[in-house]
Amino acid sequence: MVKKQKIESGALAQSVNRAWVFDRVAKGIVFIGGISAIVFIISIFIFIFDQGMGFIAEDLKPGEFFGSEIWRPTSESNPTYGILALIAGTASITGLAMLVSVPFSLGAAVFISEFATGRVKEGLKVLIELLAAIPSVVWGFIGLSIMNPLIVQLFDVPIGLNMLNAGIILGLMAAPIMTTIAEDALKAVPDGYREAAEAMGATRWQVIRRVVLPSARNGLGAAILLGVGRAFGETMAVLMASGHAINLPTSPFDSVRALTATIAAELGETARGSTHYEALFTIGIFLLLITLCINLLADLVIRGGWKRRKL
Amino acid sequence: MKFSQTPLDQKNRRNEKLFRMLFMMMAVLLVLPVLAVLSVLIYKGGPALSWDFFITNPTQGMTAGGIWPALVGTMWLVAVALSVSVPLGVSAAIYLSEYAKDNWLTRVINLAIINLAGVPSIVHALFGLGAFVLFFGLGKSILAASLTLAVMTLPEIIVTSREAMQAVPRPFREASWSLGATRWQTIRHIVLPNSGSGILTGIILGVSRTVGETAPIMFTGAAFFLPYMPETVWDQTMAMSLHLFVVATQVPDAPEALPFGVALSLIAMVLTLNTLSIIFRTRLRRKKKW
Amino acid sequence: MVSTAKLEFRDLSIRYGSETALEGVNLSIKPNEIFGIIGPANSGKTSFLRSINRMDEMTTGMKVGGSVLLDGTDVRAWRNVFALRSRIGVVFPLPVGLPMTIRQNVTMAPRMKGIKNKAVLEELVERCLRRAALWDEVKDRLDSLGSMLSGGQQQRLTIARALSQEPDILLLDEFSIAVDPVTTMRIEDVLKELKEEMTIVLVTNLVQQARRLADRTAFFLNGKCIEIGETEDLFTSDSRDPLTRDYVEGRFG
Repeated sequence: MVKKQKIESGALAQSVNRAWVFDRVAKGIVFIGGISAIVFIISIFIFIFDQGMGFIAEDLKPGEFFGSEIWRPTSESNPTYGILALIAGTASITGLAMLVSVPFSLGAAVFISEFATGRVKEGLKVLIELLAAIPSVVWGFIGLSIMNPLIVQLFDVPIGLNMLNAGIILGLMAAPIMTTIAEDALKAVPDGYREAAEAMGATRWQVIRRVVLPSARNGLGAAILLGVGRAFGETMAVLMASGHAINLPTSPFDSVRALTATIAAELGETARGSTHYEALFTIGIFLLLITLCINLLADLVIRGGWKRRKL
Repeated sequence: MKFSQTPLDQKNRRNEKLFRMLFMMMAVLLVLPVLAVLSVLIYKGGPALSWDFFITNPTQGMTAGGIWPALVGTMWLVAVALSVSVPLGVSAAIYLSEYAKDNWLTRVINLAIINLAGVPSIVHALFGLGAFVLFFGLGKSILAASLTLAVMTLPEIIVTSREAMQAVPRPFREASWSLGATRWQTIRHIVLPNSGSGILTGIILGVSRTVGETAPIMFTGAAFFLPYMPETVWDQTMAMSLHLFVVATQVPDAPEALPFGVALSLIAMVLTLNTLSIIFRTRLRRKKKW
Repeated sequence: MVSTAKLEFRDLSIRYGSETALEGVNLSIKPNEIFGIIGPANSGKTSFLRSINRMDEMTTGMKVGGSVLLDGTDVRAWRNVFALRSRIGVVFPLPVGLPMTIRQNVTMAPRMKGIKNKAVLEELVERCLRRAALWDEVKDRLDSLGSMLSGGQQQRLTIARALSQEPDILLLDEFSIAVDPVTTMRIEDVLKELKEEMTIVLVTNLVQQARRLADRTAFFLNGKCIEIGETEDLFTSDSRDPLTRDYVEGRFG
């Protein structure tokens, strides 16, 4: 019991104290990391609004900005800042991408979660992860150098850099996130539901359609929303594959130009503080607000929304 | 007694097979492009690759030569970005997993992470330009570009690290606390040693993402072409991703194999990193300690 | 009066959110006694233990009212809660071998306190493992993982680990739940010896275990302390509460 006396007095008791102080310091330090995400998202708002404010305050004509399809910021005599065609470009590519991607992504998620087992399941998941890893600029390059001649050949059109090209590529880019989130949602459906339905003699497909899909619908909705968000904000691939022509598209073979691509292509050539420069930041504000809405909505849906909060 | 099949049973069984096939087709069609893209890139870009390709400068207006400066530049960007995003991301994860209570601040942090992850890359580029290049006066530099990339990959590192830490069972923490260990000692001796590989997996994925990003560095520090190599973080640099964009779109008379070679090198880097993280993860799952 | 109690509880109440787990508990535990707590599941026994080493602060939603005095001082008066906890050993219902080597398991608490001397630590490992009746089984593999031992071994490791703190108080929460009968008996023998050096609070779901070990026993039911008394009285006296009699005689719970 001599040892015990030693622990309670002097140096060792002090060492516990030091640990206590150290714990406080560590908490303070990791707290800084903890709030960094808040700091950054607020800073993004502040800095982008700061740079775009000049345009919004002085030059913005809402009717022209949202209503005109003429984007001619460099015109000497009559610069025009209408983003209607750019919105149409982004919307049409994103829409086409979803058209291509949603059925395949959800279908793949159903297969992985409900049918596939063992190696097939693991292999598919790995491949989808690799699909997600391919960088935007490589997709753009694929659109430019592989899809472009392919589309020209297949459909006998003069140029293959168009809405179809960008749409397919964006679809492939948005697919992994949709598949992953949708699979998570399906996986979250309790096995008891499936077993109960199967015990009543339902086939696998009946179980999926009547039990699994309905109970996972919030997660599936969120998956699609996040896919839209991903496609909507994509830059390099769209810049390289869409043809980058200002155009209100009437067919999938028209070249179009996206909001994101416009910033990427023009920002380097504008002088800081010029109307054109500020107009590009204003597009950035617009993009930021829309993606924020999409993300918040997805978050709300994924957590069960406002209706099913109390169960 | 044998169970006899009714016509309904037969129909159900046929349906079952049909739907299974249908969903499998969808899954296969989704992953086929990865393999197709890889094959085409290897087929067309393979001939361009050689040892010299990796270690020489681009020459003759970027229509010949190699990718050495872009390769080095990408490594600079990744290294500097990681030195910011890893400490920040891991400490955020520690805070969220080990210290944070379930209160409004935690909810706001989580919301901020979700939204930060959803911000389009070009908006990050605008932010990097407005904040780091102009406001903080870093100019177009490796530092500004890396900081932009760090902000961008931060959510991913936070989320994967937090998941890895939360996978450590709570009873271990309670046992450690009741021994008189402080929260920090518990993190240091129990949580981190048992989530380290998971955190590493997340960091590798962050690196892979950093390597491939183009838009955020275009206006913050990456240059189309530089006749010299970067020496400090204040210099501009070339980068693999932007180099691919440049040789593919701005150098019309480049031989076809050149951009394919660049694309193949880039995608090889990215996929190697991802494969590495996958191997890590499966090994991790196999040698559980409890 | 106050000075003779090792632990004293005054009007202790514990809530989780809006649910009450324990209410109006007043009792005191003497130095060097084994104090048993019996009662069916959800009667507030575990929450009672958690209030002693202030584990409520680590648990979302758990609120403790009233006071817990250790040697006459409110445990909440300790600024350094970790120093408080280092005086209190805890053994959990399910064995928790930490995912580190057996040696590291036992030396963790002293290392946290800053003891680095190898010889001291080695001596401590042997002494604690011997006292927990585990030494002979693991002395040749002190560097293998503690979390890979069998349930019964892990539980004895947990006790060895608690002893390495050299605690004043040892809290045991249904320690025999995942342990075979033979190991249970060995641990019970260990506890009888340990009583000489520390105060032991033994929460158990086995009434006979309380009878074998405890000097005094309290019966908890639905968040209330129904009765406290000399253990033998609780099992045999005619003046006890009818609820207690029903429980110890196995009519419910």
